[in-house]
Amino acid sequence: MNTLLLLPAALLLATPAFAQSGHQGHDMPAVKAEPTKPPPENDPHAGHDMGSSAAEMPPSDEVGNAPAPAPPEDHAADAIFGADIMAKSRKELAYEVGGMGYSLVTIDLLEVGFQKGEESYRFEGEAFTGGNINRFGVKFEGEGAFGERIDDLELQALYSRAIAPYWNLQAGVRYDIKPDPSRTYLVAGVEGIAPYWFKMNAAGFVSNKGEVRARLEASYDQRITQSLILQPRIEANIAFQDIRAIGVGSGLTDFEAGLRLRYEIEQEIAPYIGVEWRKQTGATARFSRASGEDPETISLVAGIRIWF
Amino acid sequence: MTLKTPVDRRHLLRGAALASGGMALAPLFPAWAKSGSHGLHSLAGKPGMLSGDNIEVSVGQSAFKIGKKTGHAYTINGTLPGPLIRLREGQNVKLVVRNTLDEDTSVHWHGMLLPFHMDGVPGVSYPGIGPGESFTYEFPMKQHGTYWYHSHSHMQEAMGMYGALIVDPAGKDPIAYDREHVLVLSDWSFAHAHVNFTKQKQKAGYFNKRKQTFAGLAKGEDQPLSERMMWGQMLMDPTDIADVTGAYYHYLINGHDSMGNWTGIFKPGERVRLRIINAAAMSNFNIRVPGLPMTIVASDGLPLTPVETDEFQIAVAETWDVIIEPKEAIPYAFIAESIDRSGQCRATLAPQMGMTAPIPELRERPLLTMKDMGMDHGSGGGDMAGMDHSNMMPEEMAAMGSMDHSSMNMRDPSVAPQVKMGPGVASLAPMPLDRNSERPTGLEKVPHRVLTLSQLRALEPNPDQRTPSREIDVHLTANMERYMWSMDGEKYSEKTEPLPFRHNERVRVNLINHTMMPHPIHLHGHFFEVVNGQKGRYPRKNVVNVLPGAKVTFDFTADAMGDWAFHCHMLMHMHAGMFRVVTVRHEEEGQ
Repeated sequence: MNTLLLLPAALLLATPAFAQSGHQGHDMPAVKAEPTKPPPENDPHAGHDMGSSAAEMPPSDEVGNAPAPAPPEDHAADAIFGADIMAKSRKELAYEVGGMGYSLVTIDLLEVGFQKGEESYRFEGEAFTGGNINRFGVKFEGEGAFGERIDDLELQALYSRAIAPYWNLQAGVRYDIKPDPSRTYLVAGVEGIAPYWFKMNAAGFVSNKGEVRARLEASYDQRITQSLILQPRIEANIAFQDIRAIGVGSGLTDFEAGLRLRYEIEQEIAPYIGVEWRKQTGATARFSRASGEDPETISLVAGIRIWF
Repeated sequence: MTLKTPVDRRHLLRGAALASGGMALAPLFPAWAKSGSHGLHSLAGKPGMLSGDNIEVSVGQSAFKIGKKTGHAYTINGTLPGPLIRLREGQNVKLVVRNTLDEDTSVHWHGMLLPFHMDGVPGVSYPGIGPGESFTYEFPMKQHGTYWYHSHSHMQEAMGMYGALIVDPAGKDPIAYDREHVLVLSDWSFAHAHVNFTKQKQKAGYFNKRKQTFAGLAKGEDQPLSERMMWGQMLMDPTDIADVTGAYYHYLINGHDSMGNWTGIFKPGERVRLRIINAAAMSNFNIRVPGLPMTIVASDGLPLTPVETDEFQIAVAETWDVIIEPKEAIPYAFIAESIDRSGQCRATLAPQMGMTAPIPELRERPLLTMKDMGMDHGSGGGDMAGMDHSNMMPEEMAAMGSMDHSSMNMRDPSVAPQVKMGPGVASLAPMPLDRNSERPTGLEKVPHRVLTLSQLRALEPNPDQRTPSREIDVHLTANMERYMWSMDGEKYSEKTEPLPFRHNERVRVNLINHTMMPHPIHLHGHFFEVVNGQKGRYPRKNVVNVLPGAKVTFDFTADAMGDWAFHCHMLMHMHAGMFRVVTVRHEEEGQ
């Protein structure tokens, strides 16, 4: 039983609803005739039946330029159902119609690497939640050799704001748990999609010790078939000074180029195989050699890409 | 709603029982949607056929089965589609809708001219129907024809909550027929509509399993490399024709897929009226009956001057009445093909049960063209239809001649100054075209007649032929990569201020589509006249499909007082924000 039916009829009659009529315009005379214009040539593909069916030009009758009325402050349904209940309902509508957010967790890399005399692991991903414009999230990446302690473990907490159709500005904090000694950085960057569908990310970092670093990443998904995707991917890291404590030298510190072929069992679950070449340069390479590490490696990788 | 009565509480308890005890047992189809129907005339009083002055329906969850797979559906009276409500022009109806769900619901009477607070849009016309509550709609039938009803809450419409609403004329029907069938088209997903929406947000093009590939390029399929480069440079995907595709959807006619093969019976020589309703959430369909011409006799409920054709496109939420006159005692396939040709649904029209016609192969999938960006200039014969060269200055002509498509600014704010620019507006059509006389997407080259918007002509003279006193533009805007959809660059959640109209004022509305998707734009509570060249007999509709890169103009008389929804009927586009409130007031009220 609808309680609304119990509302006094007088209230209902007082509402604008009953003033409406679908036919009130019927007796309005036509103000002026439309100047006739020869129809443009028929599209040869258009239907054949009606000779008079050609589209007219943008309508040629003179539409007036009366000003628009001011939008009302109130809401029509308030008078019938109550302002409070309608205010709540409007809020729900706004949430339902454009106001909902969403979350996305992506683990881009979760892989095992095989190189000369060593097996390693690596993971890299991000998790974001929010709306279309403002989002919060984390990025994480780490790697190490099996049987040893983790080499690198980096976490970023970021605020992301859409600044253009394909670009987000991101800012936040990066904390490197590894390598030792750990560092905390402020992060500012942009990520997005460049023409030709290149996925790009560029970020600058300033550490709590005043060191400045930068990172550039780009990747591209080349669909071989609907499910088989070849992804070239490059990354370059730059330091603006030596950071000996963590083996980083000034200049281009390292560069990597990978090629991964993934098969999307589901779009969300895609195992892949690939190859990756990494090269440290300049002072960074010297630091590595000094500590007995190879500054250049080529790995075969196998892993899985997951998002949800 | 918080209004509660003892009855409400009982419903609430029942709703809770249903929720905890699983879904109600799936009833079979309503009588009208059962395969083997002899037509509506034989079904009066059968289950699922509702008539009279007092009608009660109940909203709930039901199991719904396709083949061997069962899913959750939101249903009215337990069936998908819901019952057929058949009324008569001039009568008053009281429609009680009980909500047995544990969430809000609503029923919107699509296309009906009624008091705004009976229109059934939560947050606009009323507060909706809370769990365990009921709402009584009451309104007079001021019109006749083929309409429908559906939920306007929580994307329930995508999950089965829709049905047909037919109003018979008070006098003689202007459309003569011997037999009638209702065909309700829909798209069913076994995943919850909100889950599907989230997938779209998480990954652009998620449901498109026919993107261009290297393998396709090697085989010479789809675009050549140079075009792929150009489209890639603009971050446009020519295969993005339907957001959700046949790879995920099961297309249904009266709740039956192709295998279920809904069959309607006819006798050779009869005039058979097909009342076709597109209740799909996201799918426009190409409609044809191979071997039979179709005579279009009404759209969105109102009669048209009959026009014969072989194929037409039905946009989401449109209704079309079609007469077929099969002369032979053979079966005919009724084909509803998704416009991206990722899937189709077959029903059968036959002189008796058990007969089937061959199902045609899916035709070659179409690709979008530069024209769909609203930027094609004279590269083909019919392209200039929307442009008047005689008014063009010589410099402009010269400028056009030298224009290089790939370098053209696809996001020049000066082409649509009222659009709020931001990440949600990825492109603006530099030169939106009048495409009313063009065949719609994918049907450009089929070797038979195709209905165009410019062919539609109202059977009756337009009731209000005043020249509009003003005109407004409404820009349909999007960022498909982020799955953001809006009007004038702003989602409803960002711009809740209504579009104001004076009572009885005559206004021209230009719908300009800056996106590469068609948008079936629906105005509640009114008919509008689509300005298509048929002056004085413009087709009167309540949904008009705006093709990609196109401009469609309608005139309307703001004769229904109150607040009304105005939105894209692609459910996910609406859910993303392509929605406004239209308000009709007396002049002094707005001051």
